[in-house]
Amino acid sequence: MARDLLLSIRNVSKCFPGQDPERAVFRDVSLDLSAGTSIALTGESGSGKSTLLHLVGALDHFDSGEIEIDGTGLSKLNDTARAALRRCKVALVFQQFNLVPSLTVEQNMLLHARLGGSPDFEWITTLTRRLGLADLTTRYPEQLSGGQQQRVAIGRALALRPKLLLADEPTGNLDETASAAVMDLMLELVHESGAALFLVTHSVQIANRLDRRVHLSAGQVA
Amino acid sequence: MRRAALGALLSHWRRHPLQLMTLITGLALATGLWSAVQAINGEARAGYAQAAAQLGGTGFDVLLPSDGHISVSRYVMLRREGWLLAPVLEGRWHLQQGSVKLIGVDLLSHPELPAMPTSAVPPLDTLTSPGRIFLHPNTMDQLVEQPNLPPITLTENLPTGVVLSDISLAEQLLQQQGKISRLIILPDQPMGLKPLKVLAPELHRHSSDSPQAARLTDSFHLNLTAFGLLSFAVGLFIVHGSVGLGIEQRRGLFRTLRAMGVSLRLLTTLLLCELMLIALLAGSIGLVLGYLVAAALLPDVSATLIGLYGATVEGSLSLRASWLLSGVGMALFGTLVASAQAISNIYNMPLLVAPGVQARAGVARSSQLKMATIGCGLMVSGVAAVLLFDGLIAGFTLLAGIMLGAALILPLLLSGLLKIGSYTARSALAEWIWADMRAQLPGISLALMALLLALATNIGVGTMVSSFRLTFLGWMDQRLSAEIYVTAQSDQQAADLTKWLTKRGVTTLPIRWSEVPHQGSPLRIYGVVDHATYRDKWPVLQALPNAWDHVAAGSAAMINEQLARRQNLWPGDVLTLKPDWQMTVAGVYSDYGNPHEQVIVSLPVLLERMDNIPNRQFGLRLDPEDVPELMNNIRETFVSPSISVIDQAGIKARSLAVFDRTFVVTGALNLLTLGVAGFAILTSLLTLWNMRLPQLAPIWALGITRRKLAWLELLRSLALATLTTLLALPLGLILAWALLSIINVEAFGWKLPMYVFPMDWLRLLLLALLAAAVAAAIPARKLARIKPAELLKVFAHER
Amino acid sequence: MSVRSIVATVIICLPCFASAQGFAGLGSQADGFAIPEKGYGLNFPADHGPHPNFRIEWWYLTANLKDDDGHDYGVQWTLFRSAISPGEDTGWSSPQLWMGHAGLTTPKHQFYAERLARGGIGQAGVTAEPFAAWIDNWEMLGTDPTLNQLSLTASGSDFAYDLSMQAQGPLVLHGDAGYSVKSSGGQASYYYSQPRYDISGTLTLPDGAVIVNGQGWLDREWSSQPLADDQSGWDWFSLSFDSGEKLMGFILRGDSGDYSSGTWIAADGSSKPLLPGAFQAQPLTYSEVEGRTIPVQWQIKLPEHGVSATIQAINDQSWMGTSFPYWEGPVTISGSHTGHGYLEMTGYD
Repeated sequence: MARDLLLSIRNVSKCFPGQDPERAVFRDVSLDLSAGTSIALTGESGSGKSTLLHLVGALDHFDSGEIEIDGTGLSKLNDTARAALRRCKVALVFQQFNLVPSLTVEQNMLLHARLGGSPDFEWITTLTRRLGLADLTTRYPEQLSGGQQQRVAIGRALALRPKLLLADEPTGNLDETASAAVMDLMLELVHESGAALFLVTHSVQIANRLDRRVHLSAGQVA
Repeated sequence: MRRAALGALLSHWRRHPLQLMTLITGLALATGLWSAVQAINGEARAGYAQAAAQLGGTGFDVLLPSDGHISVSRYVMLRREGWLLAPVLEGRWHLQQGSVKLIGVDLLSHPELPAMPTSAVPPLDTLTSPGRIFLHPNTMDQLVEQPNLPPITLTENLPTGVVLSDISLAEQLLQQQGKISRLIILPDQPMGLKPLKVLAPELHRHSSDSPQAARLTDSFHLNLTAFGLLSFAVGLFIVHGSVGLGIEQRRGLFRTLRAMGVSLRLLTTLLLCELMLIALLAGSIGLVLGYLVAAALLPDVSATLIGLYGATVEGSLSLRASWLLSGVGMALFGTLVASAQAISNIYNMPLLVAPGVQARAGVARSSQLKMATIGCGLMVSGVAAVLLFDGLIAGFTLLAGIMLGAALILPLLLSGLLKIGSYTARSALAEWIWADMRAQLPGISLALMALLLALATNIGVGTMVSSFRLTFLGWMDQRLSAEIYVTAQSDQQAADLTKWLTKRGVTTLPIRWSEVPHQGSPLRIYGVVDHATYRDKWPVLQALPNAWDHVAAGSAAMINEQLARRQNLWPGDVLTLKPDWQMTVAGVYSDYGNPHEQVIVSLPVLLERMDNIPNRQFGLRLDPEDVPELMNNIRETFVSPSISVIDQAGIKARSLAVFDRTFVVTGALNLLTLGVAGFAILTSLLTLWNMRLPQLAPIWALGITRRKLAWLELLRSLALATLTTLLALPLGLILAWALLSIINVEAFGWKLPMYVFPMDWLRLLLLALLAAAVAAAIPARKLARIKPAELLKVFAHER
Repeated sequence: MSVRSIVATVIICLPCFASAQGFAGLGSQADGFAIPEKGYGLNFPADHGPHPNFRIEWWYLTANLKDDDGHDYGVQWTLFRSAISPGEDTGWSSPQLWMGHAGLTTPKHQFYAERLARGGIGQAGVTAEPFAAWIDNWEMLGTDPTLNQLSLTASGSDFAYDLSMQAQGPLVLHGDAGYSVKSSGGQASYYYSQPRYDISGTLTLPDGAVIVNGQGWLDREWSSQPLADDQSGWDWFSLSFDSGEKLMGFILRGDSGDYSSGTWIAADGSSKPLLPGAFQAQPLTYSEVEGRTIPVQWQIKLPEHGVSATIQAINDQSWMGTSFPYWEGPVTISGSHTGHGYLEMTGYD
């Protein structure tokens, strides 16, 4: 089945300030992702996989090449347009959960969707139930376990119904049992929501469960 | 979207109500102290302006004689030349009970006189014999027993102690027929006049008929304003601290929001909105606070102004729109200034990477240098101001320059001191402590600067007041040398009393005085008899040899320090009292608690030169043991209730009470400022707390217990406070010196010797340590009880 | 209202023409003041000087002037004296109050100024020998005890004048040898005039100095009696006809009817009092002046001398905005007789 191209990375290079360009994080990286599909990015610590995810999330700037999301090239966007893109089309799940400590589970779940415009309450109720958070909605993040917190973070991201979900080691802070459960749930829900998934992980096991797998090494993808 | 983002931002305060309270308290305190001072000043100024306006003639130029009076014929001559002028005769009207200021105006030429209500009184009545006098109901007490009074109209529109009448009545009551004190130059003069300089070269044109009280009290209000600004500045340190804390703790939130697509511009705008909301709330609370403080202090201010300058200010406070606006405006402005740095940090905050602690330290060091350079500049310009210019403003410029300059130099100085301290470290832990203190400096230096300012002010003002008080006490011992002071009701009663006393072998020293107009204001001249009391005990600052012999011989006069400084007259110079009356200055004596100029001549000379000098006040010299008995005897023999007898101790107690009341306001503001500074340290340490965990966790991991770490926290805070106090000491002494030798001379006309009070410093050091300890106690307690998991988190993830 | 303006109002209201609210603080009309008596023979030069035992007195000059280009100007110079109580005292205690009014009218502009002064200190006063009347630097000075040769000066912030005057005929005594009745109730004053002065001199206006020539009329009047209670204002005419004849006529407006009187002065200077009611004046047109409606054109009639003429203000806005405000300005005469004169109107509120 031919799918629309959602993410296209073309010849992107990135070099940190003051870094020798010969030793850039990556050079001329190219990658495609169709709507509704998933891709896993693996690599050693410091190989630059998180950085590539940040570039795709319009959180960071690249030096050359182009990244297009849903037909929009990132290189020409100013801060406001990048913010709008993140607000409406892209959601992120981080290793450290990054919940808002002063908001309850329910408020956290709703936050990105409300920022994006119109929350789909039915979908969010479904998400809450499926993520097993229905009894925890009035709690604050500090009152949750790590696994619960990450489920809130995943729920918050998916509540937006993003076209692209970016996840950076989402289970990196969890023990093995919790990790497997959260990952199962996430993949299932991503699939249901129809979002494309760009997952950074160091675990080959997890990577193998996705549609495709790319390895980043010495600044090149393979 | 905006609502969702603002909601997320504000949810922080809901979860941290204490922090919100700190922010609001700091801002409310700053606004409150500032607006309290503004309210007091505004009330007083309005009081002066109203009093001046009621008497008419404000805003007009006046013609003053260089010495003595203007004659009516001179006035008529100028009118006949076409000049439109209004004559005013002003003088002291001696009553049975004390005296009042009597102002006589020509009703036909004087500008509008709101003080004279015409609705109730037949208008021509005031002009027709026996005339009519106008006065405030409070003044009436003094006139109750006065015989042969003209008809009286009471009006609220005159200050207490001032009586207004037509000039025809005034010249009779003052016994100054044909004399005029000043001429008001009216607007809309006719065309083609000869210049006044040609017509009347002996008269001097003064730019405005501003009331003397306003000029004298300016210094007092400038003083209060300086205090208000200082308190405001100290309060802003708190705001800076809590805004910094609120932003520091939400760094994660800001990143998350931005990752979810809230643009930087929107985030900054929302933060500003949030701050303005808080500023409005805190500003309103501050206004209420300011109103209460002002209402509490105003009676003392009013008493001070009456006691010191004779200026009447109502003891009640009224709300003014300008005051409300300026209070809220200051709150908004202050919040913006205090949070500018934090907001700009957010604006420049990278989306992804937490700023490295090392990088921040580097920035801090260079900014310390920059601040110290600016500080040196400020100090130099303050000193330059006082060297180049005279006057109160130059004095305050010096103070501001030195104080702010010193505050700006403080971080570099402390850093240097800590570095030197680190050389003494023998153990690894000690090395860490010294290094850590230096690393902590940038975060806490603002609070320490606030503490420095508050402490230095406290030392400076405290030294000034205590020196003044000590000097004042000594001076009273010299000046009030008679054992008993008596005021009789009439000259006749006084004569009887003198005879009666002489029979009992008691020496009576008459206290008699008269006033001559001198440079537009009355100059009081006392006549004294030649007596050992003056020769031995009078508080003379500088004198010719055998000064009192010259005075007794009638050729010389003693003048007070105020006159000497203002007119630059010193022993040997010639003083012109009236055109035909010149005197050599034999000596200068100190005369505290009196802003006016004063002269002492020998009594026979005074009686020869001046008429109608009442003779009702005496000082009595006798054996101190006989005082109670004689006082009783006088009271029994002269039954009249109006004869007033007071012994030396009584009069000293009264004077001291007036003195102490004068400095109640200063003391209160002083204490409040110190309290605010203590609060500033607390908020700074709370702010730092959050940033300190990553620095403490490794030390904990290396085997130092949390308890020990907590103690070290406390110790560090105390050490920094001690260092700051030590540095505040010289600054405070410089401040005291400036207040005593520059500000006092300009404001009051006297210079005071400086006394130091080391015990006070010790007390202040303890107070500062207490403040630092209390402030450090909360974070330290937190540290002692922190869960190891919290510390472990530091290693688990970057913040 | 300030004390000053009350005093000023009292001064000008006192003699006769007080408005209905009465004479604040003055009590009954006698109060120890002298009262005009019929049959008193005026005595000069003494009567050119002040009469401190009478309550009110004035020296009142009006002049119709022209410059070389034929432009019309009017000049007024008045010194009022008012006593709070009879008699004189020295210094500020003097009960005599003085008020000066100076006016200068052009067809387009009106200039005026006011001065107030206390008697007793020399700031204002009048002497008979030689004749001198002054307040501040405004002066009407004679060279001898008569009023024949006078110099006149006054200045305000935007105008000044300096004139010299030469009498061209005898003094005119109004009423019964100077005893002039002011109401049907019998209130009266002493009243004489010098209606015939040739005048020359300089006016100083904002645009510069102007040389002028013309005729003037001086009125002298003193009394102690207020007008009848119902009298609210007056219209006063001093008219010089080109025939050489002159007419002084006044109407005192009252609730119970107007009272009019006047004097006819023949070309040779001889005069004859008019019977009450003989002189008639009717307003023809009105003008808005300072928020009031004031007649600025009149029809006058004096049938016994064949006078039926229209009186027209040269400047409708000849308003004296002094403490006690009134209308006073030069007029032209047309009809049975032609000429010029001065008109004064009070009591239009």
